Amino acid sequence: MAYSDKVIDHYENPRNVGSFDKGDASVGTGMVGAPACGDVMKLQIKVNKDGVIEDARFKTYGCGSAIASSSLVTEWVKGKKLEEAASIKNTQIAAELSLPPVKIHCSILAEDAIKAAVEDYRKKHKP
Amino acid sequence: MKLPIYLDYSATTPVDPRVAQKMIPYLTEHFGNPASRSHVFGWKAEEAVEQAREDVAALVRCDAKDLIWTSGATESINLALKGAAEFYKTKGKHLLTVKTEHKATLDSMRELERRGFEVTYLDVQPDGLLDLGQLEGALRKDTILVSVMFVNNEIGVVQDIAAIGELCRKRGILFHVDSAQATGKCDIDLQALKVDLMSFSAHKTYGPKGVGALFIRRKPRVRLEAQMHGGGHERGFRSGTLATHQIVGMGEAYRLARLEMVAERDRIRALRDRLLTGLNRMEEVFVNGDLERRVPHNLNMSFNYVEGESLIMAVKDIAVSSGSACTSASLEPSYVLRALGRSDELAHSSIRFTLGRFTTAEEIDYAVDHIQTKVAKLRELSPLWEMHKEGVDLNTVQWAAH
Repeated sequence: MAYSDKVIDHYENPRNVGSFDKGDASVGTGMVGAPACGDVMKLQIKVNKDGVIEDARFKTYGCGSAIASSSLVTEWVKGKKLEEAASIKNTQIAAELSLPPVKIHCSILAEDAIKAAVEDYRKKHKP
Repeated sequence: MKLPIYLDYSATTPVDPRVAQKMIPYLTEHFGNPASRSHVFGWKAEEAVEQAREDVAALVRCDAKDLIWTSGATESINLALKGAAEFYKTKGKHLLTVKTEHKATLDSMRELERRGFEVTYLDVQPDGLLDLGQLEGALRKDTILVSVMFVNNEIGVVQDIAAIGELCRKRGILFHVDSAQATGKCDIDLQALKVDLMSFSAHKTYGPKGVGALFIRRKPRVRLEAQMHGGGHERGFRSGTLATHQIVGMGEAYRLARLEMVAERDRIRALRDRLLTGLNRMEEVFVNGDLERRVPHNLNMSFNYVEGESLIMAVKDIAVSSGSACTSASLEPSYVLRALGRSDELAHSSIRFTLGRFTTAEEIDYAVDHIQTKVAKLRELSPLWEMHKEGVDLNTVQWAAH
């Protein structure tokens, strides 16, 4: 399997690896995938009071493309409003990383992870 | 030390330089067709082919006349299974094999099912070995052939070929053994073993690719329907001009294996133990397959909480293969590890290390260090490892399968 240079770069030097405290009110956590399928992504966002994502962290169990997809989206969501972040499409991720067809599911998982994190944050702040 | 380090000897081995030297004159100088009876070029080639046949026979203790040349173990297996099934089909329609066999056997069996035969695929125990009672129970009155591999290619376990041979011979059932991974590693004694057909490969034992052999017992006589026609070479079982240089290579490789096997096995066992001890220093690592009834050349391990494909990508300084076939785009974990009852996760996170003639202690130490570093890095990245460390039982988590 030949990986693109961008996948290799994110895989070798993953951005924003780590975890925030799940219980923190300013943190939204999304966990998607299943070990049996070969990939699990955990994406966390830290949101300020203006509804802007200030910071993000990820941990991923999966192939190089899955790690690269989640690393990439932690960079992309920073500075975005929640709805902007939630509108990131898997096709954008796949295009940026030049993912081959067999790895498209990695980008779909990354999109799902963002949506799940935003959802989790919103649930915490339901009026 | 040269990087990457080759630890994939069960995929293929380099041709031993002594073997290569022996082959070269048969490409240029002694190029004759071994079937040419009318001149010295043919005689010279025939003499080399027959010497090679003797050398192969000596390693596995059979009569050289019982061996025929093929293009490799895959062809040998195809000829043995299809040839025997077609010849003996009036005797019965039932064949028996094992779920952890090589694809050459499983795909040939599938083809025979398509032609109207019935095939039983036996399960193995969690250690990878066959339960002989279960095998005996699966034999039927109309069973004509049993096929079992000597050494498993993924996990290296050694089946009890002698005992299976007894069970089959008592009932007059033919027994085929795939020995592609066994030559030069296990003692093979075809005078003692009640085996009717045995397949061999050259390139797993430091010979060239593209040549193999099939043992077809003459006493008691085994018959096969030929699958390749055109000239009646090799007692009519396999037509086609013999590849003299390849055959010379296989003969020399097997001759060296006979001379060096015992010393080599001890040396490789020490290296395998060194590798195992090093890797066992990590948490949550598991050996796949029985460790005792196994060739020392193979170590198959699962590294829990890291995914196989990213692991293979990470350990780029060593050439190994993964039990996870993600790289072949199928996203299926190894069918062999699944047959042992390993979970999908553990099957996905496995690496097969296979050691060989040119592996050194320095290489093993480097590999241990490299793997420890990379597994630690990937676990740092793994949400499953984090949950495990927090004491979460992953089996209780509701995952959304996708």
